Amino acid sequence: PQCNTADPLKALVFDSTFDHYRGVIANIALFGGEIAKGHKIVSAHTKKRYEVNEVGILTPNEQPTHKLYAGQVGYLIAGMKEVTEAQIGDTLFLYKQPVEPLPGFKSAKPMVFAGMYPVDQTEYNNLKSALERLTLNDSSVTVHRDSSLALGAGWRLGFLGLLHMEVFNQRLEQEYNMSVILTAPTVPYKAVLSSAKLIKEYGKDQITIINPAQFPDKLSVSEYLEPTVLGTIVTPHEYIGKIITLCQDRRAVQKDMLYIDENRVMLKYLFPLNEIVVDFYDALKSLSSGYASFDYEDAGYQSADLIKMDILLNGNPVEELATIIHNDKAYAAGKLLCERLKETIPRQLFEIAIQAAIGKKIIASETLKAYRKNVVAKCYGGDITRRMKLLKRQAEGKRLMRKIGNVEVPRDAFIRVLKRETDK
Amino acid sequence: WPYCRKRCSYCNFNTYVVPAVDEAAVRACLVREAQTLLRLGQVHSVTSVFFGGGTPSLASPGTVGAVLEAVAGAAHLPAGAEVTLEANPSSTCTSRLAGFRAAGVNRVSIGVQSLDDAELRMLGREHTAAEARKAVEAARGLFPGRTSIDLLFGLPGQSWDAWAQRLEAALGLCDDHISLYQLTLERGTALAAQVRRGALPTPPQDLLADMYQTARTVLLAAGFRHYEVSNFARKGALSTHNLSYWRADQYIGVGPGAHGRFVPRGEGGCSREARVQTLEPVAWMREVQSQGHGTRSRAVLSPMEQLEELLTLGLRTDEGITHERWGHFSPQLSLQAVFGAPGEARALQQQGWLVLDSGGLRCTWAGLAVLDSLLPDLLCQLQR
Repeated sequence: PQCNTADPLKALVFDSTFDHYRGVIANIALFGGEIAKGHKIVSAHTKKRYEVNEVGILTPNEQPTHKLYAGQVGYLIAGMKEVTEAQIGDTLFLYKQPVEPLPGFKSAKPMVFAGMYPVDQTEYNNLKSALERLTLNDSSVTVHRDSSLALGAGWRLGFLGLLHMEVFNQRLEQEYNMSVILTAPTVPYKAVLSSAKLIKEYGKDQITIINPAQFPDKLSVSEYLEPTVLGTIVTPHEYIGKIITLCQDRRAVQKDMLYIDENRVMLKYLFPLNEIVVDFYDALKSLSSGYASFDYEDAGYQSADLIKMDILLNGNPVEELATIIHNDKAYAAGKLLCERLKETIPRQLFEIAIQAAIGKKIIASETLKAYRKNVVAKCYGGDITRRMKLLKRQAEGKRLMRKIGNVEVPRDAFIRVLKRETDK
Repeated sequence: WPYCRKRCSYCNFNTYVVPAVDEAAVRACLVREAQTLLRLGQVHSVTSVFFGGGTPSLASPGTVGAVLEAVAGAAHLPAGAEVTLEANPSSTCTSRLAGFRAAGVNRVSIGVQSLDDAELRMLGREHTAAEARKAVEAARGLFPGRTSIDLLFGLPGQSWDAWAQRLEAALGLCDDHISLYQLTLERGTALAAQVRRGALPTPPQDLLADMYQTARTVLLAAGFRHYEVSNFARKGALSTHNLSYWRADQYIGVGPGAHGRFVPRGEGGCSREARVQTLEPVAWMREVQSQGHGTRSRAVLSPMEQLEELLTLGLRTDEGITHERWGHFSPQLSLQAVFGAPGEARALQQQGWLVLDSGGLRCTWAGLAVLDSLLPDLLCQLQR
């Protein structure tokens, strides 16, 4: 590439790693000028100033050198402590000589979202730093803070695809020894309040609902709103039918459809955000054998028939499992939740009615029958020791159980029910 | 006696099928280990002896006699002490049984399991229903009032009606003691594999519950006392030996894979230990020959662990745990103190599963069937 050592310093950060002792090591490509220890540089993105501690080349191991010149590729350590200070795509220049920032990498749009929570809240800080470090080397993962009643504080992460998410998860486990819970993510809904009392309470007439517990009742609301995106799909024409069906299934409204050339079609659909955050992208890809492409942009909010769906165990609501969902999708989601709960809650000495309800109306229900016989037949000899171990483990488990009404629910039941289905 | 002629399809016991058994060697080791362990426990008097396995009726009466003699020599074996032998219908002709009786056996438990030939084939048993009947009759002739039969229910594909018929047939044949076990599909057995791959159906939970309830009701009507989860006796013919397990008395296990619970006073021990003898017969024999006994593992049971065992096993009986028995293991904290205060036990009493009164702590008729759902709660309360 054309460059001149006489030009002012212009270095592109194309990768970075974090070293515990030396700080952030930025990999740079020099497009102009030169750089050496002691130089004072500025980041175009953060506008922060640093002094260069070390420069060098990668052979592939780090080899410190005296200077790096335009046209060279190497690394730089400049006392950056935070992982966010070395953004991939950033331009570095000398303190006194600002330059036009190089066109950085275009950030790819996340297609698959997941809620990520530590298994235990005590692990929150560990997970936070693990996430920061992993995302330093993988800037295509978007991170937003989130929280759930059942699982505590966590994040909403965006990935380029399901595989990306799985690899990320694996790296978390292998490199940082963190196991996490992945859930379907939440989207921020809004409500336009009509009740004077509530407007006074919140201080405004439009509120953002992040938590199902905050969901205002229908009577107090003039309109519910859900976030939408305008999605653009480009696909070979043979998949049009299936894709249209998929979009309609996701409550999308077609905005445009035109042939780009004799083989490919471009479809524009307005999607509710909550319909595409989990697995839309992968469904699209498998429908079209990978040929369809998807891009989207924020398209504001639209009016939506939203309801709060409660889960009841023997009539008692389980707060952690309440979800905000579109009326059309409530039945299917409710049924699925009830079925999953039936499998994760252990049988007890009485019957358990597992129900999904909207307000007072029950929309789905499963019954978990009571134990009529639960005693081991033979218990002699070696069985005794084994039996004791098993019973003591169960006793331990009981101590950790949550009691909802008279129903005992294991702590991890909610997790198992809220988890995304990783293999569909 | 850890040997069988073949392994039944549902069996996961520590038993071995070998072409030939050096009976003399095994006998010598059983004798030696019995003597060693009796001395180790400083046992003064033996209340009962039980020959299990494997198929004990495959051993010769001579071996049984030798072991009993060794026991009588190392401790006091009263004349009326219960001496039980487990027997398979295919090795219990009258003459053989008479031989066992002469050797000192005074009670027999016959592994009938089922009185239907098709079911017996599915279970991989060596005998037919007719052979089982003959065996029981022979046993009753020689051990009247002291013959027990083992029965299984809940077989894959067994209907409620079929079970009702089996029960009736068994009642017509049995003596005064029945051990009734729900078939458990243990991992690693041929029968479990068949069910897992779908060759045989899994018995539905509700049907098993019905079968058990039916059996309880029918046997009760026939004069039996349901004295333990799986054991029924009439005219007082309870199994003394098995009761000692559930009352957490002391017992010594002799032979490969045998289990014991006793205090090894002979070497200065003062705590009840859980002991297991080496599983594999050849290895076991070597150890017995060199050290006098083949104890593979021994673990001291803490007072808490002993109480937990007492609770878990004692509640399996209709008598439950008496205040005296509890006091033996927990002199400071009475049953009332632990379970009488508001808590899990009180709740279970109110729901009708448990009873705590002057007689002790025990399950109600309904509670016995769901004991394993009650135990974790009670263990929690005990731990606190």
